[in-house]
Parts: sequence; C-alpha cells; structure tokens
Amino acid sequence: MAGSFLHRERTIAPAGYSRWLIPPAALCVHLCIGQVYAFSVFNLPMTKLIGITQSAPDDWKLTELGWIFSLAILFLGGSAAVLGRWVEEGGPRRAMFTAALCFAGGFFVSALGVYLHQLWIIYLGYGVIGGTGLGIGYISPVSTLIRWFPDRPGMATGMAIMGFGGGAFIAAPLSVWLMSRFSSSTHVGVAETFIVMGLIYLCFMMVGAAIVRVPPPGWAPANYTAPAQPKPLVTTQNVFVYDALKTPQFWLIWWILCLNVTAGIGVLGQASAMSQEMFRGQITAVAASGLVGLFSLFNMIGRFFWSSTSDYIGRKNTYFVFFALGTALYALVPYAGAIRSVALFVLCYALIFSMYGGGFATVPAYLRDMFGTRYVGAIHGLLLTAWSMAGIFGPVLVNYIREYNVTHGVAPAQAYNVTMYVMAGLLVIGFVCNVFVKSVHERFHMRAAEAEAEVEAAPVFGSE
Amino acid sequence: MKSTRQPPGSNNAVKLALAWGFVGIPLVWGIVQTLVNAITAFR
Repeated sequence: MAGSFLHRERTIAPAGYSRWLIPPAALCVHLCIGQVYAFSVFNLPMTKLIGITQSAPDDWKLTELGWIFSLAILFLGGSAAVLGRWVEEGGPRRAMFTAALCFAGGFFVSALGVYLHQLWIIYLGYGVIGGTGLGIGYISPVSTLIRWFPDRPGMATGMAIMGFGGGAFIAAPLSVWLMSRFSSSTHVGVAETFIVMGLIYLCFMMVGAAIVRVPPPGWAPANYTAPAQPKPLVTTQNVFVYDALKTPQFWLIWWILCLNVTAGIGVLGQASAMSQEMFRGQITAVAASGLVGLFSLFNMIGRFFWSSTSDYIGRKNTYFVFFALGTALYALVPYAGAIRSVALFVLCYALIFSMYGGGFATVPAYLRDMFGTRYVGAIHGLLLTAWSMAGIFGPVLVNYIREYNVTHGVAPAQAYNVTMYVMAGLLVIGFVCNVFVKSVHERFHMRAAEAEAEVEAAPVFGSE
Repeated sequence: MKSTRQPPGSNNAVKLALAWGFVGIPLVWGIVQTLVNAITAFR
C-alpha cells in the first residue's frame, strides 16, 4: 500500500494540476529541515539536564554538545552526495517520505538519548539519522521544481531553499515555548520537546510528500516556448551524474560555492561577538542577538531575491555580483568599525548575508544550466560536500585569526579586521573561479542511446 | 515535442490557498517573532 503510494508513477500530475502547488510541497520539507540552524537553542538546556538550574559535574559540556550540529551537517553533505542518484531516480515523493522518517526519527532517538542521558544516542539520532534526513530532504524537490519551472528555475529553487533559511525562525521560538511548557522545578523538558517537534515535523513533511507531483512527459507551462537559440552557458543536453565529476565546471562551481559559504559561515557564527567587540558601548549583548536575527532574515530573503534575479541576469553574472560586491563589503567592515558607524556595519552585514543565502539558492540553477535537468538533483547532492567543507573551515579560520591577533596584542575591536580582509581575499579567488566557467564540452553529454538506456533502467519523469 | 498543456482545475484556487497558507502562516509567525525580538533588543 505504502509502496504504491510512493511509486513514481503515482506522482505524475493529473490534468489541471497547478505547478504552484510544488513550491509549498518543497517548503513543507525545507521549513522543517531548516530547524537545524536553530538547534543551538537546545544546547544550554542540555547542559543542565541533571543540575536543572545550573550544570552538575555529570552534565554534558557545551563542547560535547556542539558535535551534534557538526555531525548533522556532515551527514547532510554525505547523504546528499551518496544518495543523490537514488533520490533522482526514485522521484520526489519517496525521497520526501524517507527524509521525513529520518528527520523525525532523529528527534525520537534523541529524546531517548536525553531520557537515558546517553550523549552517543543523540549523536546517532540527530547527528547521523537526522543528518541523513537533512541531506535527502534538501535535494529531494530540486529537480522537480526545475522541471515544473523551466522558465524560472532560479526563482523556483530559490523558494525552496529560502524555506531552509526560514526554518530556524519557526523552530527557535517553538522550541523555547515547548521547553517552557514541559519544564518544571525538577525537569528541563528537552526530551518531551524533541518528541513533540518530531511529531510536528513528521506530519508537516508528509503533507509535502503527499502533494508533490512530477510533470507528465512533454509538459510545458502555458505560454512557454523553449528558446530557439540556446542561451549562452545554458545547455539543452544532459550530463550523467558521475560524468559531471570529470568536468572542470563541476569543480569550479564546487569552489565557488565553498568559498562563498566559507566567507559567510565564518562570520555568521561570530556576528554576535564581533558586533559587541567592534562597537563596545554601542551594541549590547541583547542588541547583538537582535542583530543576528535581522541578519538571518536577510539570509532568507537573499535566497529568494538573488536566485530570482539570476533568471534575468544569468547565474554567472549573479556570482560575479556576489564576489565583487562581497569583496568590497568585507573590506568596508573594518572602516565601519574605525568610524564607529553601526548603521554602515549593519548595512554591510545585511548585504553580505543576503549574498551568502543567495549563493546556496542560485547554485541548483547554475548546475542545471551546465549539466541539464536530468541529473541536476544528484549533481547538486555531490556539490553539497563543498558546504560540509566550508562548515568546518569557515568558523575555524575566523576563530584562529581572531585568537592569533588577540594573543599578539591586537585590541579586540580591531581583532576582526584581518579576518575581514582574508574573507575578501577568498571572494577574489571565487571571482577568478567564476571567470573560468565555460560551457561543458560536448564529449560529456549523454548520447541519445545512453539516455534511453538510463530511462529504461530507471525512468525519470517529466524530462522535457 | 508533444505539449499537454491543461487549463487549471476549478478547485485549484482552494488547493493553492490551503497549501500556501499551510507553509506561509508558520513562516510569517516565525518572522514576526524574530522581528519583535529584534525590536525589543534595540529598545
């Protein structure tokens, strides 16, 4: 029964199905898995599971708890890379269904870990099982959206990936509210919160799996005609998922994403401390937390804005804007600190974070332009290893440079200046990588016979 | 390429409103919460 519900043939859209139902289906998944950005709200309560009001000697340390998030991001990248082809060939419903089971299951297993006070169970639950759900869920709607919106692929994938950025806005206040409801003088309430959130996310993601559809073969949007002359840097051919790895374009885009994310993620985690140290006496700890929320909002809006803009100005030009404007803005931040202009600092960071999010959201359409529609989801999965890499290097780079400066007598207010210039340098390298992106050589294109064999082995619906 | 363009179904508007409301309402709630916290922080 469940098998037939998940079967790809059951997901072909019936006559009259509106393609505008696909973005909410994708958002059902991405708004849930975006919770990962808000996982830190559990960290402090989980250091007081035994002591309740303050940490007891047997309570977990923050450093130990930090690994939960890192593991989840690591498994996000790993599962997206390894399971990308499985996701692509099985269709979006099976992938969303599996992602829902893994992500919600991660919460249930973690609740058991909290109940038994066994940290390894939480590593396994949220980190490994939940992280696998994150990876499958992240790439599950990408190729489906691109097939439904051949006229606006950037906007379509941007909407879904905007949801990933927005998930934390829902998860953070919801988690805090649930913990306040379940806590008592003898109990922190984390385990119950995990169970309730797992149930909510399971239902929410299942709704997405239920309403998602792939377009029938030969479908095209009303009033849409494919361009007679292919646009520059937009292929009409397809590249097989593992052949993409042999192209310089894949690795150039890998570095483009990695460098853009490294620069952004490095300062994202330090935005609160950085703003307080650069503007001592002007920005308090409370105001800094408000600023971080504001920056996260720009991160989310940028995902939709920049990916939609890329439909008009092209992906390559969009990344040129990210790298050129980003370099200027990073170089401007120390000046904002020197003249003590909070307004200029906030403006710079708001734009930087909008382009950080925009980098994530525009890359699926960039891959589609280079490698075609058929395996774009799987290729996107392989590319997400760049994110995992950046997630490790970005924060380490920022922390190391700051620590080095402070131990060498640089005042905390100026300790981030070198960091900003290093980040600007990374973006210059990204700019150069983008310069070298050309069309994929035709020897990598799937031949008609290959394409037919692939379709017979594992049909992918909705290919235009 | 054969095109199978279809006119939108009559109940599509209801489905669209429900689907977008299902994801839009929680998202707007979360954004409002964030903005309220941000404004409070600056006071």
